[in-house]
Amino acid sequence: MEFTRRETLVIGAAAAAVAALPMPAMAATTDELIAEFTGGADVAEGGVDLDAPEIAENGNTVPIEVGAEGATAIMVLAAGNPVPPVATFNFGPLAGATRAKTRIRLATSQDVIAVAKLADGSFAKATKAVKVTIGGCGG
Amino acid sequence: MISRRDFLQVGMAASALVGASGFGNWSKLAAQQALTQDELLQFDTFGNVSLIHVTDIHAQLKPVYFREPEVNIGVGANKGEVPHITGATFRKMYGIEDGSPAHYALTYDDFTALAQAYGRMGGMDRVATVVNAIRADRPDAILLDGGDTWHGSYTCHHTEGQDMVNVMNALKPDAMTFHWEFTLGQDRVRELVEGLPFAALGQNIFDAEWDEPSEEFAPYEFFERGGTKIAVIGQAFPYTPIANPSWLFPDYSFGIRDERMQEMVNEVRGQGAELVVVLSHNGFDVDKQMATVVEGIDVILSGHTHDAVPEPVLVGETMIVASGSNGKFVSRVDLDVRDGRMMGFRHKLIPVFSDVIEPDAEMTALIDEQRAPFEAEMGEVIGQTDSLLYRRGNFNGTWDDLICDALLSEREAEIALSPGVRWGPSLIPGDDITREDIWNVTSMSYPEAYRTEMTGEFLKVVLEDVADNIFNPNPYYQQGGDMVRTGGLGYRIDVSRPQGERISDLTLLGSGEAIEADRSYVVAGWASVNEGTEGPPIWDVVESHVRKLGTVSVSGNDDVTVTGVEGE
Repeated sequence: MEFTRRETLVIGAAAAAVAALPMPAMAATTDELIAEFTGGADVAEGGVDLDAPEIAENGNTVPIEVGAEGATAIMVLAAGNPVPPVATFNFGPLAGATRAKTRIRLATSQDVIAVAKLADGSFAKATKAVKVTIGGCGG
Repeated sequence: MISRRDFLQVGMAASALVGASGFGNWSKLAAQQALTQDELLQFDTFGNVSLIHVTDIHAQLKPVYFREPEVNIGVGANKGEVPHITGATFRKMYGIEDGSPAHYALTYDDFTALAQAYGRMGGMDRVATVVNAIRADRPDAILLDGGDTWHGSYTCHHTEGQDMVNVMNALKPDAMTFHWEFTLGQDRVRELVEGLPFAALGQNIFDAEWDEPSEEFAPYEFFERGGTKIAVIGQAFPYTPIANPSWLFPDYSFGIRDERMQEMVNEVRGQGAELVVVLSHNGFDVDKQMATVVEGIDVILSGHTHDAVPEPVLVGETMIVASGSNGKFVSRVDLDVRDGRMMGFRHKLIPVFSDVIEPDAEMTALIDEQRAPFEAEMGEVIGQTDSLLYRRGNFNGTWDDLICDALLSEREAEIALSPGVRWGPSLIPGDDITREDIWNVTSMSYPEAYRTEMTGEFLKVVLEDVADNIFNPNPYYQQGGDMVRTGGLGYRIDVSRPQGERISDLTLLGSGEAIEADRSYVVAGWASVNEGTEGPPIWDVVESHVRKLGTVSVSGNDDVTVTGVEGE
């Protein structure tokens, strides 16, 4: 598993990027990003584990975990962030497990999407809605 | 599969049979003669395992009045389902006669008259009598505490939960899970948990830094009873750091974590568990959903949403038992576990009528000992009430109207916000309001009554956000409280709409004008989850207000218009 240099930069610079790019409309849509990742191939629903909280305890650092049996790469997108690409995890043939865990920043309530490229070249996708709230009052 | 009708003993419905005709002709004496301790505790011991469930006691050591909700709206798949049924509909569903003890214990209407007839409910010395009676039938019954125990009273606040720990230790539970306990602060929680002579459980209590299971709370505990191996898995309130201030317990993370729940169920089954019980503080709708997602749970003992449900609700092969709040009820569940599986059950939601059930003398003495250092100050009479003061309900309660009025006048604000918590006992017309009564509805470790400015736009965001915590059609996104209470602010809510579209027609009641998105309003509130909130404690604000009023009259309000409940 490894971050590509570009994606690592994106993670590190995400906060700065929000401020520096006042025109998020210029950012590619999640559909376009998925199409770029898959080369336009069909994407099956399911077959990817995406573990994220239903409601984030802290939107600035949301723990997520992705995994897919036999995946060679898994792309993670935060659909509602000004810069949706979060990371793409690439798994080489010597990878012990095709799973990855990290923490991401979510600007607001939104869908987190994981798209996996599987060993046979097919693609699979999972989506989870994560709420970022301003806090409430429990029972 | 279990035949529900064969095994179910409808405790509350049975006791309702003594209710005869309407409550109007009943004197208190007659009512109590019709109700006996033997009858309340009557139970034909069944099978080989007994579970006893108490939950959400909120530090109510003494008997209280507690009015159940009139408005408790279910959305999505839970629309019109238990526990989102109230009043006459509830009584019809469970065969409860009007004016009966069960009517008083389980529904909201005619509360004042019935409270005068049937008296207060709960009291941990009465709960002790119930628990001891069950143990007399079944000495190795497993007593489980669903949490929200170390919070909610004057003495609990001043002893940082020690009064409740002392009393519960004497009651000898076998395990406990948690929610409001964490608001004591993580150092105090650690100190108390380390000293507990029973299991402190929470499979979803995690170390926040490493996002790994906390080593301080076991996920489950095994019990050998009646020749069977029983696993009790704990589930703390999933949204503790969101609904309550996370800065008080920064080392801990929670969440529903149903995948780990499945792993724990598989693990205990692998270790030979023949019965899997989840001691849960999820809230009822979340528990129902979890029962459909996680396989292999036999019984969920459900807490958090304060629902008193007279019969277990079956979801697939999982049985969900909810036992009310504030010490009003104790659930007894007898189970027949054979050949590695649950073959049948008998259940009773035992109503703790404090004038009918004899207090346990040792427990009374222990409770009085906890209260003695504080009796003088908390017994001080601050005022009287002409009105029924209650809190439960999705949108407002008269206690909250009084608290909002106190905030508006004492903090000189245009708008008041008060949290939609579900704890806080009731007072009936003619009652004194003591300092203790005020603390019963306000006690917490972050009580600062702030005064700030909010724009109209932000006020709408706040209301939308809280509304989605209650009315999101997916229970996993609900936090189990009620709507934030508003003073000086009216609005319409369509509970059937998605977040951002539910709230409309915000009105500043002082002027009758529509709230403007760009204008700033002076807002007073309390129980902010933000660190560094400043202001006097809410109980001082309310006390000062009640003192000035002398006698409180609150008639309820119709400042919130609710739509989207009926039809599709």
